[in-house]
Amino acid sequence: MPPLARRNLFHDKIRLTVTLTGIVFAVVLIVVELGLFVGFTVTTSSLVDHSGADLWVTSKHVPYVELGVPFSERKLYQVRAVPGVADAQKLIVRWTDWKRPDGRQESVQIVGINPDDPMPMPWNLVAGSVADLKKPDAVIMDEVYKEKLGVKELGELFEIRGKRARIVGFTRGIRSFTTSPYVFATFKRAQEYASINDDQTVFILVKVAPGADLKQVQANIADSVKDVEVFTSSEFSRMTQFYWMFTTGAGVAVLLAAVLGLVVGFVVVAQTIYATTMDHLKEFGTLKAMGAPNRYVYKVILTQAAISAVLGYALGMVVSAFVVHASQKGGAAILLPWQMAIGMFFLTLLMCTGAALVSISKVTRLDPAMVFKG
Amino acid sequence: MQPAIAVRELTKTYAEGAASVPALRGVDLEVHPGELVMLVGPSGSGKTTLLSIMGCILSPTSGSVRIAGKETGQMTEKELPQIRLEHIGFVFQGFNLFPTLTAGENVELMLDLKGVRGPAAARRAQELLAQVGLGGKYASFPSDLSGGQKQRVAIARALAGDPEIVLADEPTASLDSHTGRTVMEMMRDLAHERGRAVVIVTHDARVMEFADRTIRIEDGLIAPSAGESASGRDVPLEHIRPHFGEYVHNWLTPQPAQ
Repeated sequence: MPPLARRNLFHDKIRLTVTLTGIVFAVVLIVVELGLFVGFTVTTSSLVDHSGADLWVTSKHVPYVELGVPFSERKLYQVRAVPGVADAQKLIVRWTDWKRPDGRQESVQIVGINPDDPMPMPWNLVAGSVADLKKPDAVIMDEVYKEKLGVKELGELFEIRGKRARIVGFTRGIRSFTTSPYVFATFKRAQEYASINDDQTVFILVKVAPGADLKQVQANIADSVKDVEVFTSSEFSRMTQFYWMFTTGAGVAVLLAAVLGLVVGFVVVAQTIYATTMDHLKEFGTLKAMGAPNRYVYKVILTQAAISAVLGYALGMVVSAFVVHASQKGGAAILLPWQMAIGMFFLTLLMCTGAALVSISKVTRLDPAMVFKG
Repeated sequence: MQPAIAVRELTKTYAEGAASVPALRGVDLEVHPGELVMLVGPSGSGKTTLLSIMGCILSPTSGSVRIAGKETGQMTEKELPQIRLEHIGFVFQGFNLFPTLTAGENVELMLDLKGVRGPAAARRAQELLAQVGLGGKYASFPSDLSGGQKQRVAIARALAGDPEIVLADEPTASLDSHTGRTVMEMMRDLAHERGRAVVIVTHDARVMEFADRTIRIEDGLIAPSAGESASGRDVPLEHIRPHFGEYVHNWLTPQPAQ
């Protein structure tokens, strides 16, 4: 078959530029909006998802991870005694105040952990180690918040709720959904930073013994320990995501933006592909007059759309990668997981071929007389 | 001999809103292999409608259409392209070449529809272009060709399907007189030397001498004054002149050669 589809695309460089610009714009728009949505979702529950725990024990009626209510740490021993529990550790997540060197106050979320516990928190360390948290007044924070918290380098001293804090490590990519960065410290020090009684914890994280039934252990803890609720990590993650997503305006706005991104992206692609087909309407009419069956004409149009999709996707992803990379240094987390990158390819292909199908209906209804007019 | 095209009591009515506009009102016509027939008449008389129906790209409202002996009047939208592909070649006023394909590829496209591909298609396209005097233009794009050359590529493309019937719509309207004559000589050769049935819709009085038969259409009917050319019955020039004034003027005005 003569390369009609490819030539139709590449012959007119200006038209090609317009077509690809439309598709690239749509790809970037959708990637950014969906990336923001994914970033939003992942960020809201990142602490829960990276905890490595199987179960979260909370006081009653805790809607999401940032709103834990302290309870007696004696319940830790009750939890450890439940059959099927391999290990249980205390965890604090609590809002508190950070004082910058210039005297300005910033809100942070202190995360109190046991540095000797195999729990993978904090993760993605780029400076220092978890063991460094055992040093006096040690805290670890994410490098993205250096400017916000007035931090320049390791070893600097700050105040958290009037108590001394020394930077011993930096992480990368541990973002908080709220404007308050996570700051990691030992459990004991976190109790002081968050003004929690020294016999209280906010959460208990449970590792279930190998071979034990997760749901059964969850039920056992709920039965054995009074005045607590027990969630699997995935349940607590979903609760946290759902809270931010649907009970705050921010979540709905991001969701709406993602949906609008999809719609606008599709409309842009549809317009672009439709216009490309319409540019060659007379030629498709000639093809039909020559005796080409409809499927031959459709093949040309769909091939055009598919080539446009592949090129537009490739260029769009290059631009998107720059945007995503730039966002890592900014306040908004735009994530582009590989699943989304692959899904975006098929979505682009679907949008382009779908738009081509719309234009095909126009070709199908071509007025035969048009081929007999100069 | 079986006619290549035979239409009987052909009618075609277009709907325009609530009104019905008859374009053809009972046309009987036969075109035989080896015959060059011209359809003439004023604008809106039904010539192009008749050509479209004979070309199987428009269905009649009623009547019979036989193409190479096959009744096509009631064929479905899916069957008609196959008839066009097997039996009919088209030559258009505006050439209708694919601007993004070279002259050779334009011809190959028709061969591709007929199932001829690869080196065999390239060889055949080269041969066909050579037959119309464009042997060296295989790799030229239509934008690099003159009007006459484009029309010759279009003729080569029409011939690539090896059709028994060639239908042409105003094939010389965009050409100067010299080039128009060259194209018409080719069309005449198609009929007389290759045995094709050639039907040409034209307003161009310059090309009347090439017709074996001239059919005048008026108000959707074949006008009684229709006749044959020098090779048969004739249409007197005074019958044609009222419809072709501007072309007669062009005909008398020498045009630069292509």
